Amino acid sequence: MAGILQYEFTRNALLAAMLVSIACGIVGTFIVIKKIVFISGGITHAAFGGIGLGYLLGVNPVLTAIPFSLLSALAVGIIGKRAKIGEDAAIGIVWAVGMALGILFVGLTPGYAPDLFSYLFGSILTVPFTDIIIMIVLDIIIIVTVLFLYKEFQALSFDEEFSEITGVPTETLYLLLLCLVALSIVVLIRVVGIILVIALLTIPTTIAKQFTNRLKRLIIYSIINAVVLTVIGLWLSYLFDLPSGAAIVLVLAVVFLISAFVKRLIVVRTLHA
Amino acid sequence: MKNGVIVDMQHVYFSYDDVAVLEDVNLEIQQRDFLALIGPNGGGKTTLLKLLLGMLEPDRGVVRVFGKNPRQARRLLGYLPQVFTFDFDFPISIMEVVLMGRLGKRGIGRGYTKADKAAGLEALEKVGMEDFRDSEIGKLSGGQRQRVFIARALVTEPKLLLLDEPVASIDTQWQQSFYELLHELNKNISIVMVTHDISVVSTFIDKIACVNRRLYYHGSKKEGMHKIAEMYECPVQVLAHEMPFLDEK
Repeated sequence: MAGILQYEFTRNALLAAMLVSIACGIVGTFIVIKKIVFISGGITHAAFGGIGLGYLLGVNPVLTAIPFSLLSALAVGIIGKRAKIGEDAAIGIVWAVGMALGILFVGLTPGYAPDLFSYLFGSILTVPFTDIIIMIVLDIIIIVTVLFLYKEFQALSFDEEFSEITGVPTETLYLLLLCLVALSIVVLIRVVGIILVIALLTIPTTIAKQFTNRLKRLIIYSIINAVVLTVIGLWLSYLFDLPSGAAIVLVLAVVFLISAFVKRLIVVRTLHA
Repeated sequence: MKNGVIVDMQHVYFSYDDVAVLEDVNLEIQQRDFLALIGPNGGGKTTLLKLLLGMLEPDRGVVRVFGKNPRQARRLLGYLPQVFTFDFDFPISIMEVVLMGRLGKRGIGRGYTKADKAAGLEALEKVGMEDFRDSEIGKLSGGQRQRVFIARALVTEPKLLLLDEPVASIDTQWQQSFYELLHELNKNISIVMVTHDISVVSTFIDKIACVNRRLYYHGSKKEGMHKIAEMYECPVQVLAHEMPFLDEK
């Protein structure tokens, strides 16, 4: 393992793994406890529109993905809450429209679209340093927001109706949470790709949730899970020359299965103890 | 705000889509009233509470709470919702649940103060759940959870307490002390309670309102009992059996 650290691209990859883990540990926890996994999936796919826009304008697609995913988050949130079509229909619409725009933008871009595949399926080994800087900034925004609004997000996730009655502006907070989801998606896109982002936003927390019922611990355990498992996935992909995004997701899935089994063993033990 | 009138509903109509739920409801609640809202399922009791909380807007008519628009009066209200479902694994402690009642008193992004935590503990003591303050919500029984939610309604230090079927899952032994607690609170604050438990009305409550789309009756409980029988379309004797004071007449 030490040998691979001498290359800049592997150092960047490890740094990217850390930054990704902070975002998905914090935001993923709220996604899981607020049960907004599919909303997050919808925003993720809609973010592809932003990637396409980057190609069309000739700028870094990660940068254009930021406003695009933020707008998608607000669109899903507002349509889902206000229009009478229901949240799942709103997710479906924003999901498909975002992707369609992305395909359209890429189609309009003259010439060939290089690296498009890496935005869809991720490529942690080719994350450039400029993207690392963007990820650091977004991580800081996520950390600071959650530090300030920890108890509000917890209350909102537990009982939105009651929070509203106590005078908390729940709709604004909910939209803000969706914006954090959008930012975390941008952090993750480079590493696992649009199609696999949802795995990192759900699996580390789902594993941790089996072993703690404390929110702070859940966040910390999720981050640790994410760091350890993405690095293992990264290492396996380096070792066997596998696509990194897929390797990371499959490592997450296998560890989830093992953890569910271990949890069952613990429950059975305590029942018979 | 008229003297002593804290809730004033005038000609209130409400419907979900095309289904009329409340029609021409007029209701005045006085300071330190203890009012039971009774009526059949689907009669609009919970809807009425939600109108008072400003969670729903009436189609027609006026709702005033403490002389204000209900949304602006929210900080004066304590609310216990009808049993609601949540994920039993949800990462939240009992104390954190109770402190939700203080969310509105803190600015957004501010931490709870020592006074908040003391009030949270006091509310838990009132419902006899202080030993569980660090437990997880999923580990409690249905009745214990209900007591925690009652504490959450109390910790807001409300002037008007709105309770939606508070004793539904509480064991009879604790019910008695719960009603005594309400009786004690009623010395300073007003209480509106949705209930199916008519026997309770006889001992603790001084006013009743019968809701079944319309507000059938509102006033002191004695005359009300016969109206309830009419509304539920069940013979008065059955009710009288549970309601010893009816025979006294």
